[in-house]
Amino acid sequence: MRASTVQELVIAALLAFLAALWPLVVDIYWLGIGVDVMMYVALATSWVLFSGPTHYISLATAAFFGIGGFLVGSGMSDYEASFWPMAALSACVGAILAALIGLATLRLSGVYFVIFTLGLAEMIRNLVSWIQNNFLGSRGLYVFTDFTDKHLYWMLLGVAVAVYLLGWIISRSRLGFALRIIGGDETVARHVGIDTATVKVILFTTTGFFAALVGAIIAPRWSYIEPNQVFSPQLSFFVVIMALLGGAGRLWGPVVGVIPFLLIWNWVDTNFPNQSILVLGIAFLVIVYFLPHGVVGRLEQLRSWSRSLR
Amino acid sequence: MQIIDILISGLLLSGTYALVAMGLNLQYGVARIMNLANGEVLVFGSLAAFWLYTSSQISPLLTILIVIPISFVGNLLIYNLLLAPLVRRSKSRGALEVDSILATFGMSFILIGIMISIEGGFFAYKYLSEPIQILGSTTSLSRLVAFLIATLIALVLYLWLNKTRSGVAVRAVSVSTEAAGLVGINVPRISAFAFAIGGAITAVGGALISTFITLDASIGVVFTLKALIIVIMGGVGEIRGAIIAAIILGIVETTVATLVDPGLTLAAAYFIFVLILLFRPQGLFGRRNA
Repeated sequence: MRASTVQELVIAALLAFLAALWPLVVDIYWLGIGVDVMMYVALATSWVLFSGPTHYISLATAAFFGIGGFLVGSGMSDYEASFWPMAALSACVGAILAALIGLATLRLSGVYFVIFTLGLAEMIRNLVSWIQNNFLGSRGLYVFTDFTDKHLYWMLLGVAVAVYLLGWIISRSRLGFALRIIGGDETVARHVGIDTATVKVILFTTTGFFAALVGAIIAPRWSYIEPNQVFSPQLSFFVVIMALLGGAGRLWGPVVGVIPFLLIWNWVDTNFPNQSILVLGIAFLVIVYFLPHGVVGRLEQLRSWSRSLR
Repeated sequence: MQIIDILISGLLLSGTYALVAMGLNLQYGVARIMNLANGEVLVFGSLAAFWLYTSSQISPLLTILIVIPISFVGNLLIYNLLLAPLVRRSKSRGALEVDSILATFGMSFILIGIMISIEGGFFAYKYLSEPIQILGSTTSLSRLVAFLIATLIALVLYLWLNKTRSGVAVRAVSVSTEAAGLVGINVPRISAFAFAIGGAITAVGGALISTFITLDASIGVVFTLKALIIVIMGGVGEIRGAIIAAIILGIVETTVATLVDPGLTLAAAYFIFVLILLFRPQGLFGRRNA
């Protein structure tokens, strides 16, 4: 193991430890923001796990996330299940759905995948509402647990750490090596005998698993689950922006993107609620025209530039 | 007869779908920009029709004549200022696709933001809503008029692409940018032109749709998705394929809306999409490896 990779792990562990102290030192307002941050760090890191090396833009996050929230809500109010089994179940359902989507679209060019995931959350929301209205009866879904924001924060931090560790392990495995070749040139990857479709499907499945798990964990925060809320397509775009803003080339890139974007978004949303959607648009344009490799990419560019001066 | 009802309204709907898909085909097939702001351009056309009709009683059919030049120039500017730099810097078609997807996402959100600030509610108005009878099935006059105008524009476009010199140049670029450049076609200019024409057609489609479907500023993505599904189903660059695909989507959607639930039209479109991806990813009329 190279010294730099050990160093990276030590820094990550230190940061995770410091992050775990956050709920103990802040008031309720900043704890709420902390939960948002942790939720998006977990989602964006698991997004980068798949989209970073493959360059496929997935907009399916909201679909998996919504399934997590909806299944927890439905299980707890319709079938009186307890929280943890439902959270585990929804993560598995998210993984299965991701595998199916991957099998249908990832054999083909990346465009099909983007288009397919673009309307996916909306389509599932329509289906879920229809099933609810016609077969389950349109009762409300309530999630009552003993968890407070503090507990949700720690659970989400746990998920984020798990995603990071998984990514770290993958990048040092045969799978990670295969992924890097696919990201470099897919034709080359196929010619050296890599089963590109299978590798991509496996990675996308992990993304679906974690996004659904995050959706399940955040469900107790809302108490009342409504399809329109949990399947909001905006969440998918948030995750893409945060990941790319930070830099999808590094597993820790999203962490850099989440915090500034959420702070800017919260500020605009409270002061100019009608113009908040413009922030999304401008963020995308900034990424494409000024930060093609994210903030992390710019920092690394600066570092190599300053080294060349020396 | 329910079957006749479904066939007639499905067919009438598919006319506008085909027109919008032709617009996207020009943008993706010729200019090679995967334009995910396509639906917002469509909604812009609807907003113009709604706004001019409710504020100064201008007929949506006249609005089309205003929408065409505005959206043509607007799309030309967008292509030249924002998208052409991406085309120039991209090293491969894959890189251009990722860049254009992200950039057009940005544009779509900015367009939504602008349109919400103009009209935050539904674009609801009544125009030519008198009932008419076709083969014993009742429908509204506006649907028939929209269908006829869409067909007329699509026909003109088809003749232009197939019978004129400039149309042949456009088709040549869609087959191969390199080869088209070698025979003396100004590829960047044709691409910009095709992108602008595609945008103008999409906006006209939006103005027509608004006469019989009530839209709002944030509905664009649904139409982007439908147009993309039609283009993929027909085969990228295939005009005849897009027309057949639009008819299939129009009829399937109407069937599901009438027999099952109007809320499931998007699910129906996805169902078709999955079938296409699994069994004919090159499209109904596309060639393999095209």
